[in-house]
Amino acid sequence: MKAVDAQSIIAKRIANELRNGMLVNLGIGIPTMVANFVPAGITVFFQSENGLIGTGPIPEEGMAHPTLTDAGGRPVTALPGACTFDSAMSFGLIRGGHVDVTVLGALQVDAHGLLANWMIPGKMVPGMGGAMDLVTGAKRVIVAMQHTAKGKPKIVNKCTLPLTSARPVDLVVSELAVIGFPDGRATLLERGPGVSVEQVLAGTEAKLSLPDQIPEMRL
Amino acid sequence: MRTLSAEAAVAMIPDGATLMIGGFMAVGSPERVIDELVRQGKRNLTVIANDNATPGRGIGKLVDAGLVSRTIASHIGLNPETQRQMIAKKIEVDLVPQGTLIERIRAGGYGLGGVLTPTGVGTVVEEGKQRVEIKGKAYLIETALRADFALIHAFLADYLGNLSYALTARNFNPVMAMAADTTIVTADNIVPVGVISPDHVVTPAPLVDYLVTNG
Repeated sequence: MKAVDAQSIIAKRIANELRNGMLVNLGIGIPTMVANFVPAGITVFFQSENGLIGTGPIPEEGMAHPTLTDAGGRPVTALPGACTFDSAMSFGLIRGGHVDVTVLGALQVDAHGLLANWMIPGKMVPGMGGAMDLVTGAKRVIVAMQHTAKGKPKIVNKCTLPLTSARPVDLVVSELAVIGFPDGRATLLERGPGVSVEQVLAGTEAKLSLPDQIPEMRL
Repeated sequence: MRTLSAEAAVAMIPDGATLMIGGFMAVGSPERVIDELVRQGKRNLTVIANDNATPGRGIGKLVDAGLVSRTIASHIGLNPETQRQMIAKKIEVDLVPQGTLIERIRAGGYGLGGVLTPTGVGTVVEEGKQRVEIKGKAYLIETALRADFALIHAFLADYLGNLSYALTARNFNPVMAMAADTTIVTADNIVPVGVISPDHVVTPAPLVDYLVTNG
């Protein structure tokens, strides 16, 4: 599967989790693509943690403004009804449980849903930014990631990389699988398009609970 | 509140000062004061800010010039020069979760000793910190931050120093404006008193010590 196809599958499947009126925070990378697949008839509010609710698409050429940006500092637009606020309120929204869904990338997720997504000791120390607050405080945490990295499983027994939070994530969506954590145990809920249970298991280190019915994900 | 030039404002800042600098990836950073810090070559600065921007922009200019010896920030990933100086042990970097960083600054300005936050519990952020349990939930004690100077950028400043901000250029600015011994402000527009209506003042004038003149 091409990387771009895998990313679209992941973003589309996650977009199906959105409900009307939700306040949603998207991380950079695949999570940002979720905004392209919001189902028809659904309106959600996208938050940028630099202080904006109502984040819209990238502006047309010549329409950008230097003080209207996303959390990566890139120009965005603001949709009708948008509002801006300082960083204390922005993280009050996040930590205080007012954000309904956050979608983030991952380096590793373990068998109980614990997430590592912010550093590789000795290699990559960018800083956690808002990730720790988002995972700790959002009502629902969804991980968007390719199932493996260079052929190595990212869903592992136990994270070897530093954790992002002691709070487990709620859902992991990859191009191969949708995995949830009912009762704190990684459970295969759905298969990717044309993907078999065996293919999912082959790319997963953590032991997955297998319900009787594991449908193919609907996109 | 007094008005002065960028040159005179920066002349007040000694080498070794601790600065809070507003902005998020340089959006809403006081670029003219930063440029003047570079021109006057203020050294050994501690910079408390959300991030280190990118080389050549905002706080990145201070890093480029080798003026920062320590930074307390939530993210430095988009500034390879900060990472290079960190590895070379020229700059000490304290990484703080963004929501914790802004709350520590808020606590500093609001007269609190610190805040209790669940963020960081069970992670490397917890190392060396006290954990407390309240109603069965774990929190870390995160102590307040203050600075010698807060360097703030606003959209509008009136003649008294009342401030309002533009869109996502607000970010850390109004919180930092309360958390330093001396608050220095630049503004895109300096306007007569009354142009900012009372309901739209975000930072009240008494919090502003110095307003840098335009032009």
